[in-house]
Amino acid sequence: MAAVTSVGETPAPTAASRPRGMHVRRQRRLNVFRYVVFTVFGLFFLLPLLAMLRFSLEGSKLGTWSLSAWKEIASYQNTGVPPLLSAIEVTLELAVITSVVTLVLLVPTMIWIRLRVQWLERTVEFLCTLPLTIPAIVLVVGIGPIYNRIQHYSVSALMLFWIYVILALPYAYRALAAGLGAIDVKTLSEAARSLGASWFTVMVRVIAPNMRQAILNALLLTFALVLGEFTIAYLLLYNDVLQPELFAINRNTPNAGVIFSTSFAALLFAFALLLILSYAGRSRRGRG
Amino acid sequence: MAVAATTETGARPARAGRRLSVPSWAGTVPFFAYVTVFLLWPTAIVVVDSLKNPSGSWAFANITKLADPLVRGYFIGSVKLCLLSSVFGAVFGAILAYAVAIGNPDGLIRRLYIAVSGVLAQFGGVTLAFAFLVLIGPVGLLFHASWFYSFPWGITVIYTYFQIPLMVLVFLPAIDGVKVQWREASENLGASAWQYWRYVGGPLLTPAFLGGALLLFANALSAYATAVAWEDQIAYIVPQQIGIALSSEVGLSNVNVADLLALGMIIMMAVVMTGYALLQRRAARWLR
Amino acid sequence: MRSSYRLALAGVVAASLLAAGCSSSGSSSSGGTNWATQTSASAGGGLTALVAAAKQEGTLNVIALPPTWANYGAIISAFTAKYGIKINSALPDGSSQQEVDAVKSENGTAKAPDVLDVGMAVALANTSLFAPYKVATWGAIPSAQKDPDAKWYQDYGGYMAIGYSSKFGTITSLNQLLDPKFHNAVALNGNPTSANAALNGVMMANLAVGGTPDSISKGVDFFSQLKKAGNFSPVQATGATIKAGTTPVVFNWDYLNLPSYVGVSNWKVFIPPHAILGGYYAQAINKNAPHPAAARLWEEFLYSQAAVGGQNLWLKGGARPVQQAAMTSNGSINQSAAALLPTVSGSPTFLSAAQSTDAANYLAANWAKAVG
Repeated sequence: MAAVTSVGETPAPTAASRPRGMHVRRQRRLNVFRYVVFTVFGLFFLLPLLAMLRFSLEGSKLGTWSLSAWKEIASYQNTGVPPLLSAIEVTLELAVITSVVTLVLLVPTMIWIRLRVQWLERTVEFLCTLPLTIPAIVLVVGIGPIYNRIQHYSVSALMLFWIYVILALPYAYRALAAGLGAIDVKTLSEAARSLGASWFTVMVRVIAPNMRQAILNALLLTFALVLGEFTIAYLLLYNDVLQPELFAINRNTPNAGVIFSTSFAALLFAFALLLILSYAGRSRRGRG
Repeated sequence: MAVAATTETGARPARAGRRLSVPSWAGTVPFFAYVTVFLLWPTAIVVVDSLKNPSGSWAFANITKLADPLVRGYFIGSVKLCLLSSVFGAVFGAILAYAVAIGNPDGLIRRLYIAVSGVLAQFGGVTLAFAFLVLIGPVGLLFHASWFYSFPWGITVIYTYFQIPLMVLVFLPAIDGVKVQWREASENLGASAWQYWRYVGGPLLTPAFLGGALLLFANALSAYATAVAWEDQIAYIVPQQIGIALSSEVGLSNVNVADLLALGMIIMMAVVMTGYALLQRRAARWLR
Repeated sequence: MRSSYRLALAGVVAASLLAAGCSSSGSSSSGGTNWATQTSASAGGGLTALVAAAKQEGTLNVIALPPTWANYGAIISAFTAKYGIKINSALPDGSSQQEVDAVKSENGTAKAPDVLDVGMAVALANTSLFAPYKVATWGAIPSAQKDPDAKWYQDYGGYMAIGYSSKFGTITSLNQLLDPKFHNAVALNGNPTSANAALNGVMMANLAVGGTPDSISKGVDFFSQLKKAGNFSPVQATGATIKAGTTPVVFNWDYLNLPSYVGVSNWKVFIPPHAILGGYYAQAINKNAPHPAAARLWEEFLYSQAAVGGQNLWLKGGARPVQQAAMTSNGSINQSAAALLPTVSGSPTFLSAAQSTDAANYLAANWAKAVG
């Protein structure tokens, strides 16, 4: 397996004839750069989130504090929507199914195309960008008839995965393409094939492991997409998926803070989940 | 997928022992089948509907409506917003991705930023627009930005909020693939940082950068809920007008118009992707 | 390797199919009346038979009924408590057009909406989707407010009002809104080319500045002036924007301008004296409802004059039930709730279908220019 090291790892001491001072200076500059970037972007991302959090803790008069918006999530009365826990469960299952199907569909196909059928590359790229071009509200018009047929077989919200995979394609494709482009697929595959590997072995045991970060990022993006997807589930009248459920909780009460407590809770939940996933995907890299 | 290699001697290349003469594109059939059913067919429904009128009969002349000055205005508005937010998102996202990539590959900061990016990339809609409204809107907590309601500036800032994390996620695998040995090698040969980026790093990362920017463009193109939550009274961009055409309850709803606008977006995307393909080809030449 | 790959793929497909489960079957009640074709409870064998059939169906699909809109939350709970029928409430913020679209696109599935609550424009345009049905209290609905073929019947309504934060003092006339103290403050409930409530908001302003229901141009001019004065906010007024102070003045139906709905306590309501613009919504039953008996029982519940029937519950939500006149004379109305309704002097105006269409067309051509 080719060793891939990332850009900033400290190079091995065997790299000779390089002035030590220059390296230290560059490292210091890079560190300053990193801290500045993290601080600036951190602030930019944090401020709206803090505003949301503050608003979710507003009391009935502006300027006071109250936990009522958060308590509502746990205690809302069930007027026509399923309990929150069942919606979370369904959405998690949906996320897993969608991620698996997306990766199974995309990774072999992309590797295969890069290896053997390059002329299809732009076509696949276009097809994988198309779902983003059509606003969800119009896409529902198009998939309505298909889902009508699906619902004759099953009204379960898990059937949403068929369209969620399509929604995830643009993001997963781009993450995977970035990873695929970073490795020299041709050389790796020629080397493996000359050692007698089958195409399947080449794809699964040679190339895919070099795309670990890309596959992980695609997985994270798909997961986050399913956890955050609202419009299509809402317009197809699936109210037992997380975001429509949170929306229903919000509409259940005149307490305006609830939409923010539910949003913030959903963000925290997704963040915790993605963080855990990122640990699961990353191998402890040895040196070489 | 076609199984070609034999493993008897361990060194026999593809031709020997080929059992099926299946063309190599056959390996992409699962992907294309799935995409045809769940993406192309709905798109076809939308496109066909756009050329009909509400009573159901054909109206090919509908397509000339796309040239209407009012409609052109929406498309120009969409292009402005998408260009601005994708350029800002791509540039800042690339910088942030670089800062993340040059750190410890197994460190906490990297995982945190990746998880946060995953979550924020899919964050948007009412809550995001409201958070900015509360921060820099008319009664802003931070300050009142007089440009907040002027198109495209206010909405661009909001869009950039989710564009940057998306860029981080799809660009990071590419940066990871730029091996540190190449940087060392170029330094050993006496190249300055600028020369390294100009001749080595830049060309390597350009395809992924352009791909990321394209994804951001498409991402901004179809975003609807955020724009409507930012400002409801005037439709500046195509999705806002599509929303009115689909859900107007005062008698102005017209599914065919909505479909037509969606068709216009697909055509626009095809044009953008052609430009993008040309750019990639030039960048690839630069790499040679 | 290959087999494990195939196994994984098969596992995914199997898991998804297994997890999916089977659809619930259609809902014609076994052995007995086909409630889908009954035009009244008595025709189908009486209310008891209807209740029994509905309970057997066990579910009701409703759409676009936010719990905080005209007290629908309490209505849903009361119905479920009384009959034990589970209600699936989807698309709470849907527009009337989206309701009708859902009926069409979900046709034949178990999730299709059973009943609709739509604006008049949408109701009149889609009668082919509705089933004729006369509730037990049909006679108590004024004849001008129901379809002679019983396909739609109005349910509740209100008058267009201006709700505002009491920090502005008391508003007594529309033109006060042009004052600089209302900078960035005045908002509608949506875009008038799209939302019924917003169109009526502009029409109310139109009437208040001397316009007539036949032409909305003066109303559009008023908002144009408002925009030039810097007082018009382009944001849709929601509970959140009101609470945050972004939209402290809102044009909305009076039952949506209740302090309890809006969520802030210092909220006042003003209806201009010569601009009492009324608007009623209408009920309808889906011709192909998956749960026809439950749908009809729901309508019976909504039009019941009981103390905890639909009419009084809507009244508690600040809306005027369509049977208000009849219930006031026969004493079944909730007196204390009725007393809380904003008093109006003068007779209300109601837009005809033609006037509403003309207004919409005018807005489509001129609104963006006026407030852009």
